Amino acid sequence: MVGALINQLLQGVLLGGLYTLFATGLSFSAGVMRFVNIAHGDFIVLACFALLTMTTTLGLHPIVAVVLLLPVAFAVGFTLQRFLLQRVVGEKILLVILVTFGLSIIIQNGLLEVYGADTHKVAGGWMETSTIALGPDVNVGLFSVLTFIAAVIVVGSLDLLLYRSGIGVKIRAVSDDVATADLIGLSSARIYGVAMGVSFVTIGIAAGFMSIWSNFDPSAGPTHLLIAFEVIVLGGLGSMWGSLAGGVVLGVAQTIGAQFDAAWQIMAGHIVFLAVLVVRPHGLFPRH
Amino acid sequence: MTATQRALLNTLRLALAGVAIGLAAGPFFLADTQLGVLADFFSMLVLAIMWNLLAGYADIVTIGQHAFVGVGAYAFYAFAALAGVDPYLSIPLAGVVALIIAVPAMALLFRLRTAYLSIGTWVVAEVMMLGAGKIEAFGGGSGISVPIEILRAFGSTRSRRLATIYWLGFALAVFALGSTYLLLRSRFGVGLMAMRDNEESAASVGVNVTRARILCFLGVAPVLGITGAVITLQKLRIAPQASFSIVDWSVLITFIVVIGGIGTIEGPILGAIFFFVLREYLSDLGTWHLILLGVFSIAIILIDRRGIWGLVRRFALPADLIPIAHRSSSENTAVVEQAGLELP
Repeated sequence: MVGALINQLLQGVLLGGLYTLFATGLSFSAGVMRFVNIAHGDFIVLACFALLTMTTTLGLHPIVAVVLLLPVAFAVGFTLQRFLLQRVVGEKILLVILVTFGLSIIIQNGLLEVYGADTHKVAGGWMETSTIALGPDVNVGLFSVLTFIAAVIVVGSLDLLLYRSGIGVKIRAVSDDVATADLIGLSSARIYGVAMGVSFVTIGIAAGFMSIWSNFDPSAGPTHLLIAFEVIVLGGLGSMWGSLAGGVVLGVAQTIGAQFDAAWQIMAGHIVFLAVLVVRPHGLFPRH
Repeated sequence: MTATQRALLNTLRLALAGVAIGLAAGPFFLADTQLGVLADFFSMLVLAIMWNLLAGYADIVTIGQHAFVGVGAYAFYAFAALAGVDPYLSIPLAGVVALIIAVPAMALLFRLRTAYLSIGTWVVAEVMMLGAGKIEAFGGGSGISVPIEILRAFGSTRSRRLATIYWLGFALAVFALGSTYLLLRSRFGVGLMAMRDNEESAASVGVNVTRARILCFLGVAPVLGITGAVITLQKLRIAPQASFSIVDWSVLITFIVVIGGIGTIEGPILGAIFFFVLREYLSDLGTWHLILLGVFSIAIILIDRRGIWGLVRRFALPADLIPIAHRSSSENTAVVEQAGLELP
């Protein structure tokens, strides 16, 4: 009984690692550019399908596929920001929402056209079948532990990048005040592009873990956007380590909800999110 | 404004009035299938006008509009089929329920700002949809049909029912358009238009931005609920995925308004016409029509964010078709120039 409970909680915490991975890129780009990419979830799903094609059609190992995907992801994010989003950024937030919303629908239906409505999964081989015994009744999957470790590494690296690196200083300067940053010779457009590129690298990493962890289909994007969004609001906007806490809270809530049925799993996550919003509007770990 | 332009404008306004009168008499000369399509059109038009009021003026870019449409649909079913309330009375009651639910939803959502508010509305809509699917009295996840006795109250034969539903939709569209027009003409509306153009400046000249937001949100919710009830009469059943359809009542509506012209009164009308014409020709393209709408709306935002109506105004027409401004802009220019001031 106690073993089962501990198992449940552990599963929830580890699921939180995956959710944190969904959220880091969104948190990073939203913190820097002050807007939310509505197509974030759809880009994760798009990357999952890219990995599917790379592993099945080209026969690559999933890890190789992810490594190859990451530079492409950076380029896509950078290009998207420079040539599309930059044209509407800084004005009314409405335009950015509408453009990314349009992208979201285009990606969903494009994927539907190419891959059909079936659910897919990338085969992870030994990575997803191995388990680690932590006690007499307590077992965790190796893959979920790896996912959690990856989440901690990604959050830590983004935190270092933002607060301990040269480009991080520039990114923060632009995020504080675009006009002044431009005035002192920073190219805000280029820095925004880099920030979006970094955000897309995390999308690639998240897709690597998600494509093996769970099934996905072309319409899965919005669910992932909502999870990512709830994670960053729960954790406190702009706080990288907060998103890890937000992910764990959401993961545990969903695992408990899943005891009832699949609809309750998602519902429980939403309800915890709304409840925290009532009690602590600035999230669990606000930045200031 | 040249004489030709003035003539064109007057012709267009006359045509608009003519079409409205013609539509009012629709059931007397239109076939049943046409009535069905037009009834659909009216519902989408009302939703577009409401979304435009929130996103185009009050800066509440909701992606959760389908929440209140679904609540209206379910409330209508609850009153008419479960509680045995008069079916006609059940329609406005559905709006009241939507309004009641809008109050706590707003209290929660208004803690969020900008894009976070947008996604927050989406979360609330998801919760409502999942919740609706959990109630057995409403058929759970697969939904339930509206009993035939209730449909009979709207007409004894199928044709009569179609005519009644058509008129309900038409009346709702006229109400939505008329009330938006009057609202924008009012002192409150002037404040809204100032918010649309620049929120900070609007606040600095004394527009109560928070109050305007609250009133718009609470004003729109019952209209969405009533539309949900009328849509239920068209679809003949309620179901979580269909009654709370994000694609139909939020995604398409967004595209309609963006393509037609966000923040203008003509935009939603133009966008809805554009969408229905496109749908007639592209319905066999399946998912491609959504992709095309997405591409169109992004292109429109990049070219002219006031949509097709913005392009028409820029190149063809000197004034708005439905005049909201208390003085047309050309007259304003004349006044300003007479006063010896320079226009910005």
